[in-house]
Amino acid sequence: MSVAETMTAPEAPTQADIEKEILADARKKKALAVAVPLGTALGLVLIWQIGVKLFGVPTYIAPAPSDVAVEFVAKFDVLMQNFWPTFFESVAGFVVGNVAAILIAVAFVHSRAAEQAFFPIAVFVNTIPILAIAPILVLIFGPGMTAKVVIAALICFFPTLVNMVRGLQSVSSQTLELARILSASKSEVFWKMRLPSSLPFLFSALKISATTSVIGAIVGEWVGADLGLGALIIDATFNFNSPLLYATVFTSSGLSVIMFALVTMTERMVVRW
Amino acid sequence: MNLAQTTSTGAPAGAPPSALAASLRGASVRFGTFTAIEDMHLDIEDGSFYTILGPSGCGKSTLLRLVSDLIPAASGEVSVFGKTTEEARLAREFAFVFQDAALLPWRNALKNVELPLEIGRKRGVDIPVGTRTPRELLKLVGLEGREDAMPHELSGGMRQRVAIARALVCQPKLLLMDEPFGALDEMTRDRLNLQLLDIWRETGTTILFVTHSIAEAVFLGQKVIMLRAHPGRLREVVDVELPEPRTIKQRDTQEFNAYCGRLRELLETC
Repeated sequence: MSVAETMTAPEAPTQADIEKEILADARKKKALAVAVPLGTALGLVLIWQIGVKLFGVPTYIAPAPSDVAVEFVAKFDVLMQNFWPTFFESVAGFVVGNVAAILIAVAFVHSRAAEQAFFPIAVFVNTIPILAIAPILVLIFGPGMTAKVVIAALICFFPTLVNMVRGLQSVSSQTLELARILSASKSEVFWKMRLPSSLPFLFSALKISATTSVIGAIVGEWVGADLGLGALIIDATFNFNSPLLYATVFTSSGLSVIMFALVTMTERMVVRW
Repeated sequence: MNLAQTTSTGAPAGAPPSALAASLRGASVRFGTFTAIEDMHLDIEDGSFYTILGPSGCGKSTLLRLVSDLIPAASGEVSVFGKTTEEARLAREFAFVFQDAALLPWRNALKNVELPLEIGRKRGVDIPVGTRTPRELLKLVGLEGREDAMPHELSGGMRQRVAIARALVCQPKLLLMDEPFGALDEMTRDRLNLQLLDIWRETGTTILFVTHSIAEAVFLGQKVIMLRAHPGRLREVVDVELPEPRTIKQRDTQEFNAYCGRLRELLETC
């Protein structure tokens, strides 16, 4: 009885009011989730700025954030000129490495023999430090873009291979029994069950390789290139141009963040369960 | 006590095959050296609701998997509607409902129900289409308006109902259910039991229903198939002669409890 009374009482909050409040609450939480890490980062930059100025650290050892910002604006055209080659190498390496890994994972899942034959080789290739293999690849493919793409692809390859194999095998035994009861063909099992099940696993791997592909391209550029963020890093280091070095480092991590964000956005559109 | 009447286990082969949904003749199942089912003779009459009860390890699930061509018989013969299990599978004579609903998480409820109609379509397989559309089947299981819901948005009971709708989409003549309500709370289970009885009456399909609950076995089954363990063998088939249609209230009757008591006794001596 009392419940009914409060429900109809004029001062009682209506359903719409409650929903509005919940929405406002959610918005507040979302804003906080952005504000807290942003504030922390700004605070750290501020401490860095004050520290450098207070202790009179020479610019070539550690530039103040203000110096880096000034350099970033002044040399923006140079940074962009070097940004695009690295961007293309990273994206090309990302695509090549992941497509290869996905195809080989499919082969592994369908053929035990293929997995037994090639998986140890894949592990071996993965154990070679990328810094050791980069000069070899530059020797083979020359100083052009190809070597960098191959290095970026190589660094993407292994995590995706391992995750994709797991993903394709992650179909539950009852789902496979269901497929059998329905007399599904091998390709139906693959397209309707295995491939969709593997997507969450695939995207975990793609998030890793979105950032590592940039590292691969930059390592390739260190070994031999006259254009690209990696080449600019070497150049700035040898010229003791620390503000430019820092600006380049931030640009390359910015590139990684863009790649990561693109993959995450794609994941949200594709994996909706 | 003449409540529970025991039918003979090894029925003579003279019965017309059309009246049998499934038939086992000395069927055995072995996994390596382990014998899961040994020398089983069993006739499943068309249109009846059978429940399968027995101690753990008695091969309840194995029996369903044997009938549904998921595992082969090591010896003996198994036929479904007079065909081999493989022929029956290819003709979609039976459908299976698993313990966990086994829904595809990336498909909404309706798309999950439609799955059996998609499998084989591009290969030109002649898929038997039921008289009810997937939408109507979702309505039948009480999920009207939830067609677009993703499996993770549904409760365990709702997921299992989607799985039942999916099993019915090709209008199977035999429905195999492997502890479908085992993981649900009692109230949900009661509701789904009643719903399943309605579906059974409406569709006229034969049901083989594995459970580990004695009460559920008596409440649902016209016949309770009792198995014994190590190795899995048929113990007996108990006819349950409770007034139809079954109601929840029947569970408080002496008759119902007498059946439960008898089955419990049989289980203890398995």
